[in-house]
Amino acid sequence: MASVHQRDVLPLEVRDLGVQLGERRILSGVSFRLDAGKRTVILGPNGAGKTSLLRALHGLIPSTGSITWAGGERQRGAEAMMFQHPVMLRRGALANVEYALAVNGVEGAERRHRARAALEEAGLSELALQPARSLSGGERQRLALARAWALRPRILYLDEPTASLDPGASATVEREIGRIHDAGTRIVMTTHRLGLARRVADEILFLDDGRLVEQTPADRFFEAPGSEQARHYLDGELP
Amino acid sequence: MPAVCVFFTLLQKFRMAEIFASFGLALRLILEADREFVRIVALSMGVSLSSAALSCAIGLPIGATIAVTSFPGRHAAIVVMNALLGLPSVVVGLVVYLLLSRAGPLGSWGILFTPRAIVIAQTLLVIPMVCALTRQTIEDAWREYREQLTSLNVGPVRAVATLLWDTRLSLFTVALAGLGRAFSEVGAVMIVGGNIDGVTRVMTTAIALKTAEGELPLALALGIVLLAIVLALNSGAHVLREWSVKRYG
Amino acid sequence: MKSTTSLVKRARAAFGAALLVAAPLALANDFITVASTTSTEQSGLFKHLLPAFTKDTGIDVHVVAVGTGQALDMGRRCDADVEFVHDKAAEEKFLGEGWGVKRNDVMYNDFVLVGPKSDPAKVKGLGIDAALKKIAEAKPAFVSRADKSGTWAAEVRAWKHAGIDIEKTKGPWYKESGSGMGPALNTASGMNAYLLADRGTWLSFKNRGELEILVEGDPELFNQYGVMLVNPAKCPHVKKELGQKFVDWVLSAKGQETIKSYQIEGKQLFFPNAKAGS
Repeated sequence: MASVHQRDVLPLEVRDLGVQLGERRILSGVSFRLDAGKRTVILGPNGAGKTSLLRALHGLIPSTGSITWAGGERQRGAEAMMFQHPVMLRRGALANVEYALAVNGVEGAERRHRARAALEEAGLSELALQPARSLSGGERQRLALARAWALRPRILYLDEPTASLDPGASATVEREIGRIHDAGTRIVMTTHRLGLARRVADEILFLDDGRLVEQTPADRFFEAPGSEQARHYLDGELP
Repeated sequence: MPAVCVFFTLLQKFRMAEIFASFGLALRLILEADREFVRIVALSMGVSLSSAALSCAIGLPIGATIAVTSFPGRHAAIVVMNALLGLPSVVVGLVVYLLLSRAGPLGSWGILFTPRAIVIAQTLLVIPMVCALTRQTIEDAWREYREQLTSLNVGPVRAVATLLWDTRLSLFTVALAGLGRAFSEVGAVMIVGGNIDGVTRVMTTAIALKTAEGELPLALALGIVLLAIVLALNSGAHVLREWSVKRYG
Repeated sequence: MKSTTSLVKRARAAFGAALLVAAPLALANDFITVASTTSTEQSGLFKHLLPAFTKDTGIDVHVVAVGTGQALDMGRRCDADVEFVHDKAAEEKFLGEGWGVKRNDVMYNDFVLVGPKSDPAKVKGLGIDAALKKIAEAKPAFVSRADKSGTWAAEVRAWKHAGIDIEKTKGPWYKESGSGMGPALNTASGMNAYLLADRGTWLSFKNRGELEILVEGDPELFNQYGVMLVNPAKCPHVKKELGQKFVDWVLSAKGQETIKSYQIEGKQLFFPNAKAGS
């Protein structure tokens, strides 16, 4: 696996981030800093604003406050996102990956090579010519991950990457995330699966009701979380 | 036996014998394929396919761009576009006639009463339809694709192109609707084409003429042939669509 | 931006293909545009006459068949090369305004009053004046062209000649159809109405229903056709040589003979009457 330099865009500094949707305030006063080298998992009860935070960080929705990357502006093409319900184009699996590469300026033989390699790493080579929309849920998630990874992003956002997957597919995706981290991409993930969070996270961002309640190293969070809300959350959920 | 009796009584009662005669006449027209008939059919197909193709070439990108981008006056543009759906074809015919007439601003083109004038009039009629339907299709698709495409750094121009290709099955139906509209046009074609025998006489204007001449069975027969052609085109399109769904999902 | 370029390429290809399809449908031979009336087209005269002309001269004739009024308007818009219509008063006005070169009589036929076999107004066999007077009294269904055509002009003249002010007398019984000869005949046939038609279109009309000729032969019903070249001085694009060839041919012995030889059911429809030396 090729290595990726995340230090061009990290640390990611978020100051007083707010997200408003019509009348509702989804996020307010969120401030934190993401340093290089760690895997961040965002936890919180339903409606806490986890997905909105991810989308705001990735620039998909407007937000107030400031976000800086290594002190500077957002770099197009430095980030990628794996959505909970990834959208595939009406073409083959390989073609979908090639599309992403083409959009980001990769042409010709290199594009074909990288697309094939991405599928191979994800174990999806046999499905290269299959219509992407006819793949199973698990296959599609893995394809989305392969597509995002093919772009060699410095930061990879993942929104509930295993939410609709069976244990087998979950494990595959988890392994893949591990490999991507090892290759040098900054992982920022939301999930409601505490087991996955335990295994993957280096640090936890805990959200509740649109606010950032705590940012804690993972092992400390799961042993003894600092906040009331986190304790309630961990007690109420099954791992 | 009684069923057959009832059938024939009905035939006589509703002068259905005439209609059946027309089916026979239609078949004969197709089999005999005399020069005038073939010319009329070929011309209909030529001008209608041309207009449909031109309308799509122009209307698809416009409809898609309006769907995807936001710009001042977007709402007004959509309202106008939808209103143009109800544009009376005779009005378009009249306007194109006035434009292309020698006494008009484009008279020097000298294309009044030629098939090109028909293509222009039909294209103007079909473009609003293609635009409006495309806008709706692409807007619905954009809702689904927007975040994913934005995440992949797809710019607005490329997004339009990608959406147009990805919704191609629905857009194909839009194109067929446009083609049907072009095929069925008679008023505007009559005005700008002049229904000149051997030059601008298409199936619809031929039907109008035969009706005017009182040759109703022949007019009906031509109508049946026209329907058959439209049916054949749509069947072919359906097969193509099914194959595409199998292939691309 | 590859797929944008390919989209533009595809669009250009479609555009080019479309024009390509339309282009060969454009015309190869020399041709002239003749503005004429629905009665000459729908009677089938042109199908008989024009191939003979094309055979002799190699010139195609594109006939746009509309009402006389519209045909003359076409000339005023310079959209026609030759006028072949049947309303002498309107033609002379056209000439007087400078739009035509010279008006020539070319052929005549006559109008007939058709109506339902049952003849509620009892006009059968009368002269046209008497018949119209009876119709104005009895007020049976009557279909008028009402479209500024030659036939309509003749109808209006006939009412006037019979001493009837049709504008005052008309009512729901008088149906102004605003349409060509054929559609007007269809309408009359459908409602069993009276109608003034030119004999040519009547003879070739196949949807007669209950209608038959009730009044004919009255000198009032004489229907003169004229032909004239649109004035190239006013309309620089007029094909004056080709157009003049047509006018000359139609007035020539050959043209006149061809007109004479057009028959339906053994009946001659149009009677050539070009003046010698015109």
